[in-house]
Amino acid sequence: MALSTKNILGTKELTQSDILQILDTADSFKEISTRAIKKVPALRGKTIINLFFEPSTRTRTSFEIAGKRLSADVINISGSTSSTVKGENLIDTARNLEAMSPDILVVRHHCSGAAELLSQFVNSPIINAGDGAHEHPSQALLDLLTIRSHKGDLKGLKVAIVGDVSHSRVARSNIRAMQTMGMKVRVVGPPPLIPVEIERLGVEVSHNLAEAIKDVDVIMVLRIQLERQNQGLLSSLREYSNYFCLTSETLAQAQDDVLIIHPGPVNRGIEIALDVMEGPRSLILDQVTNGVAIRMALFYLLLGENNANPN
Amino acid sequence: MSSTLLNSKDISRAVSRISHEILERNHGAGNIALVGIRTRGVVLSQRLREKIKEIEGVTVDHGVLDITLYRDDLADGIHKPELKKTEIAFALEGKHIILCDDVLFTGRTIRAAIDALMDFGRPSSVQLAVLIDRGHRELPIRPDYVGKNIPTAKSKRVQVLLAEEDDEDKVIIQEQSN
Repeated sequence: MALSTKNILGTKELTQSDILQILDTADSFKEISTRAIKKVPALRGKTIINLFFEPSTRTRTSFEIAGKRLSADVINISGSTSSTVKGENLIDTARNLEAMSPDILVVRHHCSGAAELLSQFVNSPIINAGDGAHEHPSQALLDLLTIRSHKGDLKGLKVAIVGDVSHSRVARSNIRAMQTMGMKVRVVGPPPLIPVEIERLGVEVSHNLAEAIKDVDVIMVLRIQLERQNQGLLSSLREYSNYFCLTSETLAQAQDDVLIIHPGPVNRGIEIALDVMEGPRSLILDQVTNGVAIRMALFYLLLGENNANPN
Repeated sequence: MSSTLLNSKDISRAVSRISHEILERNHGAGNIALVGIRTRGVVLSQRLREKIKEIEGVTVDHGVLDITLYRDDLADGIHKPELKKTEIAFALEGKHIILCDDVLFTGRTIRAAIDALMDFGRPSSVQLAVLIDRGHRELPIRPDYVGKNIPTAKSKRVQVLLAEEDDEDKVIIQEQSN
C-alpha cells in the first residue's frame, strides 16, 4: 500500500495502480465530509504548507480543508504576502520553509515546471497544485473520481475536452490520466487554441462542437482564460461563444446520459450556458466536493510513503 | 503448525449465547445498535444482528467502522492497511452501542474504535463483544461479552476465520510466520 512516487508532480508519473489506489482511498474519505464532526486524527502533528504564487479560491481552500479534516496543521502562503515580493527567489523561499520542517509542500506557480524544480531542492513531498500550462494533477484525479462515481468504470469511456486546450494544465493532466485509465480523449476548439501536433499525445482533434460531442460519455468544458487572451488568438469572445459555447441546443446532439464537468471558475455564457451549467447533467459541484476527498487521499498516501519503514 | 480452538458449531453457540446476554443486559433490543470493526468484527456484528432478530423479532441498527485513521501506529507508517468506508447511518444519541470485533488482544484497536465512535455522537453506553479474548492487554479495556477466553503466549497468532470472508468458520492458533 504505497504510491510509486514520492511527489505528485503530474499525472504523467502516475501508474494505473497509483490512480486506482488514490481514487479508492478518496472514496473512503468522502464519508468524513458528511459527518457532524468532520475530522479524523490521522495526520495529527503533521504540517502542510500551501505555497500559492497564483490566485486561487477553490484549489487552495480544498487543500486547506483536506489537511484540516485529517487534523494536520495547514499554513497558507500566497505570492503577494511572501518574501518573493522582496526579491527572494523560489528555491530560497522553499528551502527556508523546509527549514521549519513541514511534512508536505503544496505548490502553485505560474511557471511550468516550478513544482518539479522545487522537488530537486527540498526533501518534503511536493504536490503540484498547478504549474503554468503544464499539469494540475489533483484536478484530473478529482475529475476521474467524479466520472467514476457516475459511470462505475473508467475503461473505454469517451471524453471530449472543449475549449482553450493550449493554455490548460487541466487538459494536459486529464489527457494523461484518462489515457492511463484506458479512456479515449478528443480535444475540441478553434485551431488557435488547440496545440499544434497534440495528436502525438494520442488524442483526436475536432473543430466542430456539435459533431464532436455526439458519441462521448463525458464533456469537459474548459475555462476560457480571460487573463491569457491578450495574444490575439481569438478575434472576440463573442465569436468563440457562437461556435464553442455548450448550450442546450448543442447538447441535444449528445447522448442522454452524457456527463458535463468543468474545472471552474466558470465564465457563464462564454464557454457554457447558464441552463446547462445548472442543469441535471452538470457535475460541477460534485467535482468540488470530490476535490476535498482526493486531496485528503493524496496527503494520507504521501505521508505514509514518506514515513515508510523499510522493514 | 496450527491447531483449531473453535469449530463452526462452537462459534455458532457462542454467537447465540452472546446475543442472549446482550438482550438480557439491555432489557431487550429496543435501544441497542451493533457496530462492527472491519473486517471480521463486521461479520460477527451481522451474525449477532440476525440472531437477535430471531430471538426478539427486532432488526437493530447496524454500522461499520474502519479504524485505520484512528490507529496509534499510523504515524510510524510501518504497515498501512487499505482504507475502507465507515458507514454509520443512524444517530448514536440515546443508544447502547455494542462494538463487535473478532479478537481482543492489546486493546489498541478498541481504543481507536471508541475514539472513532465518539466523533459520530454521544451514545448512552458503549459495550464490547468479542469472539476471542486472548489476553495481553496494553490498555485498560475489558470486554462485556466474550465467546471464549483463550490464554495465549504473546508470540502466537490467533486467527478467526468466518465463512463470509474465509469460506469456513473456525478459530485457529499458530506460531507467528515471520
